[in-house]
Amino acid sequence: MIPCKPIGKKLTLTLLSVFVFSFVYVSAQDIAAGKAIFMGKCASCHQIGKNGTGPALAGLEERHKWADHNELLKWINNPAGYMKNDPYTQGLLAEYKSMMTGFSDITLKDVDDLVAYINDADAKAKAGPSTTTTTGEPEKGNSNAIIFGVISLILAIIALILMQVNSNLKKMSDDAEGISRPEQVPFYKNKIYIAMMALIFFAVAGYYFSKAAIGLGRQTDYAPVQPIYYSHKVHAGINQISCLYCHGSAWDSKHAAIPAVNICMNCHKSINEYVKGPKLYDEAGNEINGTAEIAKLYKAAGFDPAKPNDWDPSKAKPIEWVKIHNLPDHVYFNHSQHIRAGKVQCQSCHGEVTAMDEVKQVSELSMGWCINCHRETKVDFNYSDSTGNKFYSIYEKFHNDIKNHKMDSVSVKDIGGLECQKCHY
Amino acid sequence: MSQNKYWQSFGEVNDPENLKKLSQDEFQEELPFEGFDDKGLIDAKAPRRDFLKYLGFSTAAATLAASCKIPVNKAIPYANKPENLVPGVAKYYATTYVQDGDVIPVVAKVRDGRPIKIEGNDLSFTGGGTTARSQASVLDLYDMYRAKFPLHRVTKGTDVTFQEVPTFEQFDKMVGDAMKAATGSVVLLTSTITSPTTKEIIAKFPNLKHVQYDAVSYSGILLANEASGFGRKIPNYDFAAAKVIVSIGADFLGTWLSSVEYAKGYSKGRKIDEKNPSMSKHYQFEGHLSMTGSNADERFTHRPSETGAVAVALLAAVGGSVTAPAIADAKLAAGIKKVAEDLKAHNGQSLVVCGSNDKNVQVIVNAINSAIGANGTTIDWSKPVNYRQGIDADMAQLITDMEAGSVGTLMVYGANPAYTHPDAEKFKAALKKVRVTVSFNEKMDETTELCEYILPTHHYLESWGDAEAKTGVVSFLQPTIYPLFKTRPYQTSLLKWSGATQDYDTYFKEYWNTKLGADGFNKALQDGIKEEAPAAAGAGSYSGGAVAEAASAIAGYKKGTGVEVVLYQKVSIGSGSQAGNPWLQELPDPVTKATWDNYALISMAKAKELGIKLDTDYEYYPGKPVIKVTVGKKEVELPILVIPGMNADTIAIAVGYGRNDGLGKTAAGAGKNAYPFTSYNGTTVDNFATGVVIENLNRKEKIAQTQIHNSYEDREEVVRETTLASFKKHPNVIPEWKQHLKEAFYKNANDDFRQATLYPQHEQPGIKWGMSIDMNACFGCGACVVACHAENNVPVVGKSEVLRYHDMHWLRIDRYFISDKENPDNLKGVVFQPMMCQHCDNAPCENVCPVAATNHSAEGLNQMTYNRCIGTRYCANNCPFKVRRFNWSDYTGADSFPNNQDQQIVGKLDPVVFQMNDDLTRMVLNPDVTVRSRGVIEKCSFCVQKLQAAKLDAKKENRPMKGDEAKTACQTACAADAIVFGNSHDKESSISKVRAENTQRGFHVLEQLHVLPNVTYLAKIRNTDEIDAHWGGEHGEEHAADSGDHKTGEHKADSTLPSVPKTEASH
Repeated sequence: MIPCKPIGKKLTLTLLSVFVFSFVYVSAQDIAAGKAIFMGKCASCHQIGKNGTGPALAGLEERHKWADHNELLKWINNPAGYMKNDPYTQGLLAEYKSMMTGFSDITLKDVDDLVAYINDADAKAKAGPSTTTTTGEPEKGNSNAIIFGVISLILAIIALILMQVNSNLKKMSDDAEGISRPEQVPFYKNKIYIAMMALIFFAVAGYYFSKAAIGLGRQTDYAPVQPIYYSHKVHAGINQISCLYCHGSAWDSKHAAIPAVNICMNCHKSINEYVKGPKLYDEAGNEINGTAEIAKLYKAAGFDPAKPNDWDPSKAKPIEWVKIHNLPDHVYFNHSQHIRAGKVQCQSCHGEVTAMDEVKQVSELSMGWCINCHRETKVDFNYSDSTGNKFYSIYEKFHNDIKNHKMDSVSVKDIGGLECQKCHY
Repeated sequence: MSQNKYWQSFGEVNDPENLKKLSQDEFQEELPFEGFDDKGLIDAKAPRRDFLKYLGFSTAAATLAASCKIPVNKAIPYANKPENLVPGVAKYYATTYVQDGDVIPVVAKVRDGRPIKIEGNDLSFTGGGTTARSQASVLDLYDMYRAKFPLHRVTKGTDVTFQEVPTFEQFDKMVGDAMKAATGSVVLLTSTITSPTTKEIIAKFPNLKHVQYDAVSYSGILLANEASGFGRKIPNYDFAAAKVIVSIGADFLGTWLSSVEYAKGYSKGRKIDEKNPSMSKHYQFEGHLSMTGSNADERFTHRPSETGAVAVALLAAVGGSVTAPAIADAKLAAGIKKVAEDLKAHNGQSLVVCGSNDKNVQVIVNAINSAIGANGTTIDWSKPVNYRQGIDADMAQLITDMEAGSVGTLMVYGANPAYTHPDAEKFKAALKKVRVTVSFNEKMDETTELCEYILPTHHYLESWGDAEAKTGVVSFLQPTIYPLFKTRPYQTSLLKWSGATQDYDTYFKEYWNTKLGADGFNKALQDGIKEEAPAAAGAGSYSGGAVAEAASAIAGYKKGTGVEVVLYQKVSIGSGSQAGNPWLQELPDPVTKATWDNYALISMAKAKELGIKLDTDYEYYPGKPVIKVTVGKKEVELPILVIPGMNADTIAIAVGYGRNDGLGKTAAGAGKNAYPFTSYNGTTVDNFATGVVIENLNRKEKIAQTQIHNSYEDREEVVRETTLASFKKHPNVIPEWKQHLKEAFYKNANDDFRQATLYPQHEQPGIKWGMSIDMNACFGCGACVVACHAENNVPVVGKSEVLRYHDMHWLRIDRYFISDKENPDNLKGVVFQPMMCQHCDNAPCENVCPVAATNHSAEGLNQMTYNRCIGTRYCANNCPFKVRRFNWSDYTGADSFPNNQDQQIVGKLDPVVFQMNDDLTRMVLNPDVTVRSRGVIEKCSFCVQKLQAAKLDAKKENRPMKGDEAKTACQTACAADAIVFGNSHDKESSISKVRAENTQRGFHVLEQLHVLPNVTYLAKIRNTDEIDAHWGGEHGEEHAADSGDHKTGEHKADSTLPSVPKTEASH
């Protein structure tokens, strides 16, 4: 089973409500919106629980005047202007040595959402290890099939034995009664048995053959050795770096591009050894020296940790990563469409990357897999409560149908999500 | 009253039965079934067992090759990503297409660092229009035959070699030393330069003589305007303001000066408001049938040598004090009289333009324009245009100087006299006497390969620069890609060699930073155009002093007898500088629909004289009779194409063909050079020749024409066309016909519209895409066809494949001649009909696909899925519009199997196919569109990638999509705004409005088939008083009074239009 968006979302919601209940009531919508803003605008400098380029945002409301969101809004909208008469933020600048970027398009509602998300994420982090997504339900269907298969096999064998016993008994009784019948053909020479066995063989072999043929070219579990041992678990899991910090183009573009060397160097200019984290092992079980791997990055970047100020980013050389998720050329896939319009979590397709040292392909990336999700997923339709994406306001027919209770929700398939030319053109 | 006929080929007129028979064969040639002789299968060349062996092996091999090896793909990110660049998101940069003085402000779409598409710049005087050549210019950037580094031409005996000069410094030193050693003047020979900074650099170059030379010269106009008191400049023509437009041989919609701007203005006067139908009136006088002439309301033909006489006669008729010359042709004489009356009636609202390069003729044209009050109304002298500045006498003087040995250094940029000059041999001989010759040209053209030092300049998409198309209107160039090769702007060379230390980029930026300030300069770069306040002074005023002299000079011109040759430019190739462009070579000419060649256009009368029968054989088979055209000592052998509506004694030949190998494999071998037929008359270059001898060589050469490739199988109602008079009289012909059809279908479908088909209806819950094409505003220029190539990765197939009907254009422009039924040479007009997939709601193609590779979307699109297609071509056979294209070969190199391009296996493909598959050329491909492989069908997708992008933008911004937000490539390319596209469910969208406002002209092609197309056409209206019997029924006259009566309409439809096939209503 593939953990598709609805399941993931439902579980997340349940978990969230448990955590959030004891604090204040905040709607999931706000948190989701806040998360989007955080990922899009803040995450490149701020983390929740940890100081980065800028201060950690956890416990934000307890500091300075930030409990008043209007003040916070003023600061975010125009940091330079706010700072002029504000010693606290001047102090921040002195401490972190980089000016906060202003976002004039942020509104008060955005700030509310943002703070809601930050509090929520902080609470979750304090409550224990991340449970943001689930790996899906246990594969019940599959195990049932095995049980049924085994039972039918046993029954078939019993039936065979019984038939054999029956014919032997019959022969014995015939012998006893003196009736002479032609010599019984042993079952392995019986044409009916042979025909049946051949039929079964072809059916089973055909099933596996066609399944294997369909699976040709699919690369589930593909985990090539990368030029640098880069652990997503250390970065995105333990250190909670947002996916979009490095793969930012997923927000704007069809590609979730691999970050350039200068993105890595944003942090690794100061982080030049791997000491605190858990031990790292490659696939064969050999221990990996994290510091040596960071040195490989420095080699590509042309960076000498002894002389950090002499670094010239323009001399950097790109790193030749091995592409893991390959789609055929005739498939158009757009990351921004899925994460922004579709609000799909990265993990829905890429799996629990935060737990992987070396990333492997989790989903099979087959057409059936795509289509299945398109079949089940509800679009962010703007129902009568005026939430949702306003784009869908042009779907007059669905609005009428919902009003007349002919349908209760709109899924991707209803707006043409199963059509060929949504992905092939 | 007349009976008109619409036809595409002479076969339809002269030999319909035979044509029908031939067009039923799928293949025009004999199919090569080898080995099927009497010997039996086992002895055949490919016996059954071998066949099975191959089949089994290839299936197994294909399975193995396709699936077992999973390639390891690398993902290589930037080392240092530029901040404002997101991989996969296109950026748009305003720049300017500059070629031979043509200036078209454009916006280049740059995807991941590669310019891949040219769009028009809405902010500019072109109003966002483009031409075929500017659309195709992006492909020139990736031309593998560009000159790639500085070269030194070394001659050893008879051997000529070109040696690479490793650095620019070395090159500068070589040229500097040579120039110092050479005695004599320093001359820079260029095509027209419109760049203010470049002009300044040239002016600052010590002792530099600058000669501008245009391949197709406009000296005549420049000199005439000087003689008429306006100074040596060309005015701004306003075709939108003109109610009466008279063109004497000027192809102003295709190739004459700023055709984009003129097409835009002209189209404004041609579009019709149904409530009050009126339109501008366009008269054309010309020798051959030009694209502009095809769009004229009334045409009069004359000999090319008669142009002057026609102009003088027209001047006399509008009241000029000149003696009218005798015009022998009664029709022409009557035409001049009629035109003069119309001009006089529209004083101050009319415009006369003339394509002649004769100073005297242009003086007369100025006098006419003055007499009809055009100056200051339709002609604006305050903003002269700078597109062409070359004076032919300067060039003649230069050659004389070169011959005399007084030219020490000759630098050439943009000009190619060794090919385009009337006496190219003379130029070549003179060039040998010049001590130092330098070429800055982008390609190894005919002149460049004779120069000693070759320092190729950047392509315009790699350059900084500016262009002052009109005085006070500057458009800017900015680089969209780092230079691909070791090239350098020619201005930098001029700066360096004149002793300056700056390069051109710095010079240019400093110049404009000083002039506009940093912010102003940035804004100008972003907009791509900067309009300064128009200069009030210097407009000049008309003086008629030169008229009498000009008229008497014209009277003294030799009267042409016998055959004459007129040279013209094709809208695709122009003067030939972009002849190496595969998209342009494969673009069918608007009038002849021929690709890849030039030919001699001759009249039907002349064809008869030469003994050429215009039967189906002539039209159907590509081999055309070859004639020899001789003028003096110059001769050219060319195949002929017969075109109706030509002057009987005129032969027209396009220039720009017959190129050398240096220009690339595309242009080499296509056509013959016609420039030698031009001649210098002492003042200007004449683009025609008299005293021509022609001879039928009784052999044939193949011309790849596309017009007869698709047959509508006798179905009518493909084009709808009438005259303004008929349209006013019977405005409701089309609505009544529609009503009639509807009733007939309803009757067969229990009065339920939905049941008029066997198939279930498709629902469009949200968006329904629709297109409308105004045939009154389509002039046939082909910009949309090239735009479609660029946007959708449409392959180029080469001449040999076009000959086999394998052309791949998703969008074709069908050309229909309108003439009398009896006399096809009496050409009344031409209809251009862009034809692409109609995206039918009841698409016949969908029902016949065995694998459902083509099906319907919820937005009304007829989708084609290449990866599902197995190539049965049933869809193409069942398409009534014949718009589906099949990949007969691997034209794109997209196949997994390299063998598919093996010449031994799949048949010979032209070199151009391999040129298009070169890694460099493939940089032009649009990464959002699949490159199709062999064996699949493709067709117009309504640019679905752009529709998806527009929807996604709206979704990301959390807002409803506006009806006009998504635009197709053909729509944005069109200079005349003939194509409207959008969401027809949105009542506010242009498409909904156009459909609602044009009910009297809007129709669907083959509406009686009930396939419900999503493309609406607006019927073409010609502005004549002729009453068209085709329109409004045979009894049009009688029923004029009660044309609104519904019964009459039905009766008309029954009698003159094909009746609805009642039993076939559900087909």
